[in-house]
Amino acid sequence: MSDLPKTCPRTQEQVINMYFLEHRAKLLDVAAFLDRIDRAQPGTTGSDFREAALKQAIGILIDGESHRARRVLELLSDTTAEMPQSAHGMKGASGATKSTAGSPT
Amino acid sequence: MVSRTTDDYQRMAQSGCIAVTEPAFWAGFDRSSAQGFADYFRQLTEYEPRRAALFGIRHFTWLCINPKEADDPGFAREVISIIPEFLKCNTVLGIGEIGLNKNTKNELIILEEQIALAETHHQLVLVHTPHLEDKRKGTRVIMDALSASSIDPGRILIDHVEEHTVGEVLDRGFWAGMTLYPDTKMTPQRATDVIEIYGSERIWMNSAGDWGCSDPLAVPKARLEMSRRGHTMSLIDKVTLENPMTFLSQSPNFKVDVYKD
Repeated sequence: MSDLPKTCPRTQEQVINMYFLEHRAKLLDVAAFLDRIDRAQPGTTGSDFREAALKQAIGILIDGESHRARRVLELLSDTTAEMPQSAHGMKGASGATKSTAGSPT
Repeated sequence: MVSRTTDDYQRMAQSGCIAVTEPAFWAGFDRSSAQGFADYFRQLTEYEPRRAALFGIRHFTWLCINPKEADDPGFAREVISIIPEFLKCNTVLGIGEIGLNKNTKNELIILEEQIALAETHHQLVLVHTPHLEDKRKGTRVIMDALSASSIDPGRILIDHVEEHTVGEVLDRGFWAGMTLYPDTKMTPQRATDVIEIYGSERIWMNSAGDWGCSDPLAVPKARLEMSRRGHTMSLIDKVTLENPMTFLSQSPNFKVDVYKD
């Protein structure tokens, strides 16, 4: 059961009416994306940490707890404390971390 | 708006926009000299106000070397040295958007020096936080650096907050900004969610209008989103007009005329 205060003025039925089709389509995008990975040729480095993080995040969506967006973002966050001296040679942000096990707090 | 066409100013004016505040930011490529930044600052302080004025829009700007080009301290210091001259312009609101990009020590050094610049010249501060997996860590490092200065957190806007950073930003007394994008970052729908969860104090929305996929009309779209959800016009005005006015009016250069029914 959600612990969130009821701060959205619409009823739950109204919210579903407003947004269901849009998010049904987004869910199908994710499903099709995972299927696409399955159909692709195997890579040279084995499983990808971003795919693993995405699948772990999907678990948050259906765990019955609220604050899903915040917890997904936390899962995908860098939890290390180290700071490199320079960005020289660093790749762009990937959207997930190799440790995947982001701290929830 | 330097990377946008004049049509965008026209569409913004038609949508009710009366003023824009443009941060100094990455141009999509790294500039090769401090003189390149001097030309850029002239564009921000001289040309863009004239271009916006064609459509009745007041143009204000922030000045800095952005975090993405601040990883070379020697180069960054050359750029910082020319900023005070431009702070005399009457459309400059403060130092921004400073912050971190890859959360490096070099970026942090320059962040601290630009915070000191804002302290010395009693300027408002606009902060950029990293995107994607770097955001939470970077936001915390930035807030620690800001808290070590003498600048009142009520004079600092930390932008690009998301669901995992907005709570800490507000708890530490800073203003929180939500720059709205069409898809990849904070959307009008999620920004409305954040208002519903975290309230409307010291938080506001703004439109991204940069060189990537962005939408200068994102704020009007967020107002429509809030209206669709049944939020009151007073709340909608607060997070899209009154809160920005309250924060920005701390700069003596920010002067706009707002007409309300």
